[in-house]
Amino acid sequence: MEFVSQHPILVVSVIKIAIALFVVMTALAYLTWFERKVVARIQSRWGPYWVGPHGLLQPLADGIKFLFKEDVVPPTADRITYVLAPFLALALALTTLALIPIGPATISVLGQKTQLVIAHSNIALILLFAISSLGIYGVALAGWSSNSKYPLMGGLRSSAQMVSYEVSLTLSVVGVLLLAGSFDFYDIVGSQSGRWFHFIPKWQIIPQFFGFLCYLTAAIAETNRIPFDLPEAETELVAGFHTEYSSFKFAMFFMAEYANMITVSCLATLLFLGGWLSPFPDTWSWQLYLPAVGLILGGLAMIAGGITSGQLTAKLVFPVLGLFCLAVGGLCAIHGVAVVVQGPFWFIGKVFLLLFFYVWMRGTLPRFRYDQLMSFGWKFLLPVSLANLVITSIVVMFLGARG
Amino acid sequence: MVPISYYVILSAVLFGLGVVGFVFKRNIITIFMAIELMLNAVNLAFVAFGTEFNQLDGLVFVFFVIVVAAAEVAVGLGIVIVVARNRKSLNVEDVNLLKF
Amino acid sequence: MSIAMALFIVCGALTIFGAVGLILAKEPVHSALSLILVMVALAVLYLLLGAEFIAAIQILVYAGAIMVLFVFVIMLLNAGEEVRTNLSRLARWVGLPLGVFFLAEMGYLLFHEYAGRAAGAANAPVVASTTDLSMKLFTEFVLPFELTSILILIAVLGAMVLARKEPQ
Repeated sequence: MEFVSQHPILVVSVIKIAIALFVVMTALAYLTWFERKVVARIQSRWGPYWVGPHGLLQPLADGIKFLFKEDVVPPTADRITYVLAPFLALALALTTLALIPIGPATISVLGQKTQLVIAHSNIALILLFAISSLGIYGVALAGWSSNSKYPLMGGLRSSAQMVSYEVSLTLSVVGVLLLAGSFDFYDIVGSQSGRWFHFIPKWQIIPQFFGFLCYLTAAIAETNRIPFDLPEAETELVAGFHTEYSSFKFAMFFMAEYANMITVSCLATLLFLGGWLSPFPDTWSWQLYLPAVGLILGGLAMIAGGITSGQLTAKLVFPVLGLFCLAVGGLCAIHGVAVVVQGPFWFIGKVFLLLFFYVWMRGTLPRFRYDQLMSFGWKFLLPVSLANLVITSIVVMFLGARG
Repeated sequence: MVPISYYVILSAVLFGLGVVGFVFKRNIITIFMAIELMLNAVNLAFVAFGTEFNQLDGLVFVFFVIVVAAAEVAVGLGIVIVVARNRKSLNVEDVNLLKF
Repeated sequence: MSIAMALFIVCGALTIFGAVGLILAKEPVHSALSLILVMVALAVLYLLLGAEFIAAIQILVYAGAIMVLFVFVIMLLNAGEEVRTNLSRLARWVGLPLGVFFLAEMGYLLFHEYAGRAAGAANAPVVASTTDLSMKLFTEFVLPFELTSILILIAVLGAMVLARKEPQ
């Protein structure tokens, strides 16, 4: 207890990291379920259905499978980099989540006032880009260390693609920075508060619409998702840079890809979609109770699904989870808690919308060929981002510096 | 508070290690990396002195060193690729056509 | 022992560890990884000194782009294991002790010179804000800025011409 009172910031940070890790790992697991379900419905089939009600326990089954699979290491692989690459990819993908704030409120944990972010930095945006630019090493080293043709080709192609689209990604964000005037996420979201004509929220997507489109395209390419995922597609280079990986290390690459997706979506909501700001005017006070209503309905659905399911695991797990959700929902109905939960609710809702867009793209679009991909990145996306930057700076210069 | 001399000594040690790597290694690319290590050591000294005397000129200079290092690495690795293609080897002792 | 001192010792040890790893590694890829470790540890040291923008630029440009270029070239050229040669006897028996002695003498002089300074630093380390840095960059140093942009253009063109395959 004395340690707690002497180093309060450290202890509170550790608690926040533990909570964030737990939430993010669960979100990653259920993101895979969500993707399989949505892609399946786009392709007119059911998707995971049997493991738990509507396949909700499928991620658990997948996790157990990954843990118990045999770990095959190619004998000629370079040991150090072979083991290092997936750890590096996952660690970097999870570190970027430490910089992302989910709400404006200041709560007090263990007597210490703290904000809803693990690391509040006033250069958070560049630090985030810096850490995600280190993620290229995970892919390149994985491809090289497997000591085999297909992973090497896949790894080099994949990392060349990531490097190319990283330039457009960073440039498409500079327009937002010019209008907001700071690298700090709190200031950027703050510059999006307020409304035009008392109705249209001042989110950056409206003045920076082309910046948003450039950002989204570059982000899909940066995270190696369809339509830009030739280097790791199943029908192409076997499986790209992670061909020679099995069981847990493969699962780590998988998790790193989804964690990158979540980070990029969080960044898009913070920069362009107004972060934790509500789209409804602040005078509509009924929106305070939306999280509580949502959680209570979700809890009831889980209890119903658990009771009517055929499997023993589902019968045990889901009613308990449902009761937990009901309890949290009841807690959110208290006014003080509802005010704090308001920000994260809208933030998570917007991130969820963007993730749905990602999965929708995956189910709908065909792939780019590699040379088409590279020429699109350098000959189209980069000039468009630069033009966006130039036009934004001209407009800012003529309208006077804002902030 | 860490005294400024600690940072300067660290910079000197890194620079010395960079020189050792430059003199004793055989692979062209590793020698190039030792040069980058020397540049980084100098950057550390610049940043340390810049923030110590509260002058931002040191930091601006570090910015320029990083940018110029980027340009240098691009051209240097291009030269390395050409040399590797011509001499079929990355050993710096094989680039000896002008030897008497 | 303040947290700043502990962090300095940890990051300083990491940089020296990385630099020694660069020299002692047998494969060029391991040397590159050690150098990346040095750069990231240096970025943390810059953060400790209060130069936040430079720390971010160090990771973004140096560790995230320049070293990626190094790693690409190593992988493309298939640089194999390094040939081990023995240090000449002069280097081992005379050079190393001389080097250590020189380092000790320099350390002593530096301590003597700057010992009084930092302990009495009345102003806490000021964080060099990005706004001030960019004001300086675009007013006083605008000529070097434009010249380096031309330099980068020349470097890009030069690299493309050098690495191009000969038209047969």
